Amino acid sequence: MTHPLRGQSAIVGAVDAVSPTGSLDRTASQLEVDMVRAALDDAGLSIRDVDSVISTSGMMASLDLAERMGVRGRYTDTTMTGGSSFEVHVEHAAAAISAGYCEVAVIVYAATPRSGKNPFAGGPSMGGDLPFLEWDLPYGFGLPASSYSLAARRHMHEYGTTSEQLAEIAVAFRAWAAKNPNAYRRDPISVDDVLASPMVAEPLHKLDCCLVTDGAGALVMTSAERARDLRRSPVYVLGAGTAHTHGMSISQMPDLTTSGAAVSGPNAFAMAGVRPADVDVVELYDSFTITALMTLEDLGFCAKGEGGAFVEGGRLGPGGDLPTNTNGGGLSYTHPGMYGMFVLVEAVRQLRGEVVDRQVAGAEIAVANGCGGVLSCTSTIVLGTESTL
Amino acid sequence: MTDLPEIAPAVTLETRPFWDATAEGRLILPRCNACSTVIWYPRLFCPSCASDDVSWVDAAGTGTVYSFTVVRKGQGPFAPAAPYVLAYVELDEGPRVMTNIVGCRPDDVTVGQRVVVTFADTGEATALYRFRPADR
Repeated sequence: MTHPLRGQSAIVGAVDAVSPTGSLDRTASQLEVDMVRAALDDAGLSIRDVDSVISTSGMMASLDLAERMGVRGRYTDTTMTGGSSFEVHVEHAAAAISAGYCEVAVIVYAATPRSGKNPFAGGPSMGGDLPFLEWDLPYGFGLPASSYSLAARRHMHEYGTTSEQLAEIAVAFRAWAAKNPNAYRRDPISVDDVLASPMVAEPLHKLDCCLVTDGAGALVMTSAERARDLRRSPVYVLGAGTAHTHGMSISQMPDLTTSGAAVSGPNAFAMAGVRPADVDVVELYDSFTITALMTLEDLGFCAKGEGGAFVEGGRLGPGGDLPTNTNGGGLSYTHPGMYGMFVLVEAVRQLRGEVVDRQVAGAEIAVANGCGGVLSCTSTIVLGTESTL
Repeated sequence: MTDLPEIAPAVTLETRPFWDATAEGRLILPRCNACSTVIWYPRLFCPSCASDDVSWVDAAGTGTVYSFTVVRKGQGPFAPAAPYVLAYVELDEGPRVMTNIVGCRPDDVTVGQRVVVTFADTGEATALYRFRPADR
């Protein structure tokens, strides 16, 4: 039986702003408005059509942004799950649009951690009596890489995964970035380059870690019915799933080698009625190489523990069997703190067939997977073209 | 490389007994009286069965390294202490806790290694629970 929400809403506008210098000469608030305008223009809609503003950068973020733009909404969402927030927003907007709570939703993100013009760069600041501050921080838990390195070490221990295999992921995404003129890092790299880069937190090297850049993006969503009258080919939301296993403290993660994608992925695929083998292009959150490897396993592209062998031989790169992170990913394209927006924008671009050198020929089904916090909350969106309905 | 800093934890009303014990060199854990789950992080609520009938019990102070990393680039007060070992130790009572492995060279730490608790006084009526290899 077809899921009642399958294909009932669509992404009709998708834009981002990323500079090869890594910096954008705008404040985050300016960028948010820039992105909303550009995404609406992409869709062939105007600000007067918007009845739902969704964003998450700061307290009451969506209300302040709507106020700035002169929008009075009837549905809003500021759900904060770190880097997967935007996939969660798409899931929520799909449900809200299908239920009639709103008709045109904009989902927005902007952060300027590189140029430093935004005091809330990358997301809201932490405060209060968070368990993380009491139980993790006193042990020197400053860099996110520390958390992910614990996952990488455990994966290596249980499954024999190697640093060389993790490096293959960084190499493949860099090869895609070489085809993307907006990518921050475009020079080709080798496995040896990754292994020779400085060790940040063993076993993760600098080139296993994502970038720090400015970046912004926005999506416009509406009903499938209205989408067909708009400017661009609709990209339909076929399936969506979210799963969270813990909060900001990776010491609460039930199994360091398995992310929530093991739940959100199968749920999203089931809703969409597709299997991993049907997927033409994968866009996933690569905060670190280990994040990408675990996500591929958890989504079912290979068995748990086989991710290392799976990514060998350039499988994820240009010309490989499973084109993944075709914009260059958080490792080489951009990473303003919450990369999940760019996962979705690139998936839409691939399904529209609008990118040049890096287009995956005939792409009909894409998976966009966000991963937020410290492997804390995963959200999986399956997207498809008109032919997949 | 300097010694690790003794950063005082953000103690709450709920976790005061735990930290008071550390200041006396004791590791205690919350245990659910309804389902016997040993709870981590400490809270007076059982995430396994939703009971609030929770008591503090003494821990053995022994465990096994579940995973670890050698942090080469520490942040803030930890910068001068790098390289240092950040680890996830599985206590013999079950919980896995974030901690440091001390008393050996970073290169000597392995997954599966047996470790014993050791306390580092923060000067604020609390002590951080760190672990050292059991065979030293």
